[in-house]
Amino acid sequence: MSEPILEIEGLSKIYPGGLKALDSVDLSIRKGEIFALLGPNGAGKTTLIGAVCGLVRPTGGTIRAFGHDLAHDWRAARRRIGLVPQEMATDMFEPVIRTVNYSRGLFGLAPDPAKIEEILRSLSLWGRKDEQIRNLSGGMKRRVLIAKALAHEPELLFLDEPTAGVDVELRKDMWRQIGALRAEGVTVILTTHYIEEAEEMADRVGIIDKGRLLMVDEKAKMMARLGRTEALFTLAAPLSQLPAVLADYPVELEKDGRVLIYRGGDGTGKGKAEVAQVSKALVAAGVDYTGIDVHESSLEDIFVQLIDRDKVAA
Amino acid sequence: MSGFNAGFNGRGAWSIFTFELLRFLRTAFQSVLAPVLTTSLYFIVFGAAIGSQMPDLGGVDYGAFIIPGLLMLTLLGETTSNASFGIYMPRFTGTIYELLSAPVGTAETLLGFVGAAAVKSLILAAIILATARLFVDYSIAHPLLALVYIVLVAAAFALFGFILGIWADGFEKLGIIPMLFLTPLTFLGGTFYSIDMLPKPWDTIALFNPIVYLVSGLRWAFFGTSDVSFGLSLGITVGFLALCVVVIAFIFRTGWRLRT
Ligand SMILES: Nc1ncnc2c1ncn2[C@@H]1O[C@H](COP(=O)(O)OP(=O)(O)OP(=O)(O)O)[C@@H](O)[C@H]1O
Ligand SMILES: [Mg+2]
Repeated sequence: MSEPILEIEGLSKIYPGGLKALDSVDLSIRKGEIFALLGPNGAGKTTLIGAVCGLVRPTGGTIRAFGHDLAHDWRAARRRIGLVPQEMATDMFEPVIRTVNYSRGLFGLAPDPAKIEEILRSLSLWGRKDEQIRNLSGGMKRRVLIAKALAHEPELLFLDEPTAGVDVELRKDMWRQIGALRAEGVTVILTTHYIEEAEEMADRVGIIDKGRLLMVDEKAKMMARLGRTEALFTLAAPLSQLPAVLADYPVELEKDGRVLIYRGGDGTGKGKAEVAQVSKALVAAGVDYTGIDVHESSLEDIFVQLIDRDKVAA
Repeated sequence: MSGFNAGFNGRGAWSIFTFELLRFLRTAFQSVLAPVLTTSLYFIVFGAAIGSQMPDLGGVDYGAFIIPGLLMLTLLGETTSNASFGIYMPRFTGTIYELLSAPVGTAETLLGFVGAAAVKSLILAAIILATARLFVDYSIAHPLLALVYIVLVAAAFALFGFILGIWADGFEKLGIIPMLFLTPLTFLGGTFYSIDMLPKPWDTIALFNPIVYLVSGLRWAFFGTSDVSFGLSLGITVGFLALCVVVIAFIFRTGWRLRT
């Protein structure tokens, strides 16, 4: 699980206009993992993917995939890498199956009708295989791009915002797809703006902003380290000061003593347990409350927090 | 897509070639109808109407005399525009991402795109020659050399069109080179006349027009008579082809207009 499939070292990209889209990025991707790259618009996610896939010429740094240095051994590496681009780009007038077969051949593999059928069926495209791509809806076109990327059975797959502009059902469907790929041992690197996607799918998460990789960690660890539980107790009668029994808990009074707030825990469930203890302590101390609102901070909160910190630092 | 590395991806080249050719066949009717119509018009106007008033040129009937020139006119224009569109469209629509991320280098890309463009041109050339048959009776003096020569010219201008398609950053630029240079130079390149029919300074000036050599070369292969020697024509064609290959190798090496 820890064998690196992709090693990026000191990767920089300065676009002709002088914009630094990647600033000395180091990243190592493990075989078989699902890695989510999170970042606001213009953070450099697409540039990073482009540099690995041969669309962007790096200004500096090295990229190794499957042990091949991409600057020299690109042929061997590219055969094993698939890319679903962010921008929708298809041969509008071609039938679905022809473009998918073409992709397989382009990557040097012999035709395999059974494999192509399997891919198209798994993406619910089989029934429309002979239709011109322009007749498909946006979500279906995106599936065609995925089918094309899978046609050469890549071991490393890049999905640049695979679910942008895709409805909830289709998105869930794609998550299932990605899960199936993981089960086959495919390593997946995806970018997304939907934090829930990273939360749902990813083993590890990298947060990028202004071309710099701010943090890379296992999703669970990141949430444990930065996660918080927040509980709001709406009190029946305002309190002027905290009951002594709560002295050891991270609680405070707000809204003129009408709301008692707990903020603590670490994203591992410790917070929830403490909220239960606080509620029992309140009852024991004879403090009545009319409602409890518990909220677990998400990756989204962590993300916003990190980007904000980055802004302050800049 | 850079350099001629080890591990040539033959399947990749074949995929590009067949995909491009199928695209052509899908629109075969339009692709073939326009040139056939244009050529027929030239034959009616120059071959039948004016040609009947013209003397033989170097022992060749005027109607037959213009066949190599007309063939060259269509061949140069269609090959250049086919090849330039072939690579420009993926750049324009964004589908080029796949080519750039695929294990194909200069060799595979050229064989695929340029090969397909050249084959389309050969199909077109055959159709034009068949059309010409409807208007004039002719026979080809050196059929094998004519074929080799047409293949070389088609390959050279397919490469030229490929460069054009990479250079262009708009549809206007794509059309401007054929319109501004190829068509006039071909018209002035002895399509409808022999260079020695021109008045004094112009017969010399005409020799600076490279297309004179192309038309002349094909005319020699057809009828055994020409303005300049066949060897010279062949040399210029091969030289142009080699120049295009060098330019393309340079483009791929630097990633110019392809990679950001
Ligand atoms: N071809 C280019 N030329 C100049 N600048 C570019 C080019 N492509 C991208 N950029 C700039 O580089 C920066 C990073 O862009 P990139 O597309 O990598 O961001 P991203 O993280 O993928 O954003 P998004 O979430 O919007 O897709 C942006 O500021 C963008 O404007
Ligand atoms: Mg992007």
